[in-house]
Amino acid sequence: MKPIKTIFALMMTGTLFVACSNDDDAPEPVNEEETITTMTVTLVPEGGGNTITLQSRDLDGDGPNAPTITVSGNLAANTSYDGSIVLLNETETPAEDITEEVAEEAEEHQFIFGISGSISAVDYADQDGDGNPVGLLFELSTADAGSGTLTVTLRHEPVKPNDGTLAGAGGETDIAQTFSVTVE
Amino acid sequence: MKFTRALFLLFLLGIAPPLTLSGQECNLELRGVVRDFHDKSPLAGATLLVLGTEKAVVSDIDGHYSIHGLCPGEYEVEVFHPECQTTLYPIEIQEDKTFDFLLEHHLEELEEVDVIGQAQADQTNSAQEVVLEKVTLEQYSSATIGDALKELNGVSTLTTGANIVKPVIHGLNGSRVLMLNDGVRMQDMEWGDEHAPNVDINAAGSVTVVKGASALRYGGDAIGGVVVMEPQSIRAVDSLFGQTLLSGVLQGRGGTLTSSLTRSFQSGWFVHGQGSYKILGDLEAPDYVLSNTGTRERAGNFKFGRRGFEWGFDASYSYFDTDIAILRASHIGNVDDLIRSINSGQPEVILPFTYTLNAPRQEVTHHIGKVHFYKRFQGVGKWELQYDIQNNRRFEYDIRVGDDRNTPSIDLELTTHTLTSNFRWDAKNSIILNTGVLARYQDNFANPDTGVRRLIPDYQRYDLGAYLTGELRLNPRLTLDGGFRYDLSRVDAQKFYRTSRWEERGYDQEFARFVREDLGTQLLTNPVFTYHNFSVSTGVEYVWNFENSLRVNYTLSQRAPNPSELFSEGLHHSAARIELGDLRIDSETSHKIAASLEGNMDHWGYTLAPYANVIDDFILLEPTGVEFTIRGAFPVWEYRQTNAYLLGLDASGYFEWSRNFRSDLGFSLVKGKDTGQEQALINIPPANLWSRLAFSQEAWHGFEVSLRADWVLRQNEFPPNITVFSPEQQEDVLLEINTPPPGYVLFGLRSRMEFPLGGRSLLTTSFSVNNLFDVRYRDYLNRQRFFADNIGRNITLQLKLNY
Repeated sequence: MKPIKTIFALMMTGTLFVACSNDDDAPEPVNEEETITTMTVTLVPEGGGNTITLQSRDLDGDGPNAPTITVSGNLAANTSYDGSIVLLNETETPAEDITEEVAEEAEEHQFIFGISGSISAVDYADQDGDGNPVGLLFELSTADAGSGTLTVTLRHEPVKPNDGTLAGAGGETDIAQTFSVTVE
Repeated sequence: MKFTRALFLLFLLGIAPPLTLSGQECNLELRGVVRDFHDKSPLAGATLLVLGTEKAVVSDIDGHYSIHGLCPGEYEVEVFHPECQTTLYPIEIQEDKTFDFLLEHHLEELEEVDVIGQAQADQTNSAQEVVLEKVTLEQYSSATIGDALKELNGVSTLTTGANIVKPVIHGLNGSRVLMLNDGVRMQDMEWGDEHAPNVDINAAGSVTVVKGASALRYGGDAIGGVVVMEPQSIRAVDSLFGQTLLSGVLQGRGGTLTSSLTRSFQSGWFVHGQGSYKILGDLEAPDYVLSNTGTRERAGNFKFGRRGFEWGFDASYSYFDTDIAILRASHIGNVDDLIRSINSGQPEVILPFTYTLNAPRQEVTHHIGKVHFYKRFQGVGKWELQYDIQNNRRFEYDIRVGDDRNTPSIDLELTTHTLTSNFRWDAKNSIILNTGVLARYQDNFANPDTGVRRLIPDYQRYDLGAYLTGELRLNPRLTLDGGFRYDLSRVDAQKFYRTSRWEERGYDQEFARFVREDLGTQLLTNPVFTYHNFSVSTGVEYVWNFENSLRVNYTLSQRAPNPSELFSEGLHHSAARIELGDLRIDSETSHKIAASLEGNMDHWGYTLAPYANVIDDFILLEPTGVEFTIRGAFPVWEYRQTNAYLLGLDASGYFEWSRNFRSDLGFSLVKGKDTGQEQALINIPPANLWSRLAFSQEAWHGFEVSLRADWVLRQNEFPPNITVFSPEQQEDVLLEINTPPPGYVLFGLRSRMEFPLGGRSLLTTSFSVNNLFDVRYRDYLNRQRFFADNIGRNITLQLKLNY
């Protein structure tokens, strides 16, 4: 009848396991690390004038709330702007600057710009280590007065170099936001 | 034949002069009755041989026997009966002695292979059951248990590529299909669509599928069915045997090596060990490499114990570890990527073949430890007690940047302890009762170090169950069975909800009592739910002319929601979808009526098995819309409850044209309807038809060859697609997320031969081709159908050595 003893011994061990793991400790909250909550596009007119900021902010990440999109003002017609992009993770305090991470891994990232209406062109003003565009810095030109859209997409692991289109770049989307602007 | 041989021996003894002459007083008598162990009924015609004396007698009509002329001393008496297990009894005799021999009357209980009947004992009498034998399982040595089960009519698969394969029984899968692995109910996070059963197909000796929940002993919540995997039975004889199987596979340019060794003793003791290793690289569709679809699998088990007539036990440990790469092109960013994939018809990423497994991939390890004990009580029945512990660890790696590159996005550890006891009362031949209890404790730990919000929270779950099942044999043709079961489940979770989600779901109104702590943007909650579930099964089996049988069964079963259905919340990165559970979800209740009419004539046979399953509060997951984030828009998949029904038919037939040629034909159809919303149910397998022509010639080294055709129709009944706003296109577009792909026909070829190598060694070779004509196709129940074609032609070569 030895085996029976063994079995009971094993079962008791099982009960102990149950007893040990049955604690009511509250779980730790998860630190979301690579989340980007906020993208701020700053447009500084080359000849002087009002600086315009375009911002998309989504504090609940993949929660039910859609991002809040703000455009600080109207763009001037037939003007060149120096553009720059800042990415933040505002779920952390202080906010984490994701721009640095993108700059460090510039070869694996690229912003793709989509334009329509009164925005006439967007040209890259920066390069990664291989001499390909990144898009953290760019130059935006407006045409005659009217309305237009600027779509900013950050692609992770795109094909580089590419033709500057979303289809040509491939990769995964880290950010995709469209801003409607008025040019006057 | 033993019986006639014994008679002959007896006859010889009758005419031969006594051979033993001795100075001792050799006139002692041993007499008594030979009885059945279970019901104590006398057994007529049992032969008793006194070993070493050549004395033999046969029991009379009342089971009485007497052996005369024995000398004082120790003897061994061998008792055999055509319907019983042959037993050896040691007897010491100093004077006239009365002794009753007890014989085990139920061969199948010791799971001896009964060559004439079927090798596996039925799990139920009245329900629809199908069995996969070892020889079929071996053909799938390099594939998965799901692929092998698909051979059975009424079983299909829900896949994520070719490596993650979940069985679907009568249109239902996941938590509704219970997997029983050598008596242990698998607790391996079966709730997820991309979570395949963590079992090694090479460890199974046979697999029985019970279509429905009527096998109440195993659980009352198997609304889809029960898959019972049993190891090869080990007989109580002195032997050492083993098997090595090597499979080479074209797809993935790899294969599997599996080997087992068993040592058994006449005393009932045995030791068994088995191990397998699988390596496959990228798979290929007819036109391109399916980049990042390799697999590694390591599995092993060790078992020892004693199988005795009156008592026995076994202790086992099994290990399963799999590493599966997931199609690179299926990892997408947002709804625009999904639209692009659906429209392009080609995977976005095609790279040269490699054996390397990259992200996205999953790594799962499953350990099972088990001790099982049984004891038979004379004239009463058999008692079984089992304890098992399981540990399931799942890592899912997504494509991530920076320091998190090698950090999993999902890291879950599920530990389960189960204690079960079953008593089988079989003292009477006409009635068998099984009753038992179950206690289970489960703990899930979601590691916060992933840096990604938990999709499944930390929880503890307690289950208690009790059941009584019985079968009543009214006469040799008619058997009734029935049973009921009660299960109590309590789940106690600790979960962080985003405050915005908590409010959007309306939980702040209904479940405010669960909130433990407010952390600003999120809430720590402690949802606790208790479910009481009842299951009832009843049925009848009627057999006539030895050729035909009719089985009819009704089962009521209830299933408590799983953690995924209750608590899912958030973005499933690898699937690019937001999955939302619902705390309001309650148990679902199924009423299933199934019938099975079967005939097996001399040269032909058929099975017709219709069923209807009406499910109240059916839990389903389907796309409902999109939510916008800074990364773009994501499809939202929500769990909801509705009333539904499934109607289906499984039919099959065979015809033996001659000794060498045989044809088989099968058909299965299931229709699923959401009666709450008056629309088709999602993910219902399309109708399929298959046929096979086989040729075999025993004289040519057991040569067998067969050609099989599988015709899968297009699923024409599916829920409506959804319209989503595409940020890229700045307009609403129709997302064809539910549209099924066209139907297809696939051909397959198989052949095998056997070569005896002297002694007990046998070499079996087999050759098979799947998708013979390298057809391009996509499968409705493959979750990667939006991204790439299914795999093309595959060739498998196998060498099996039995020793």
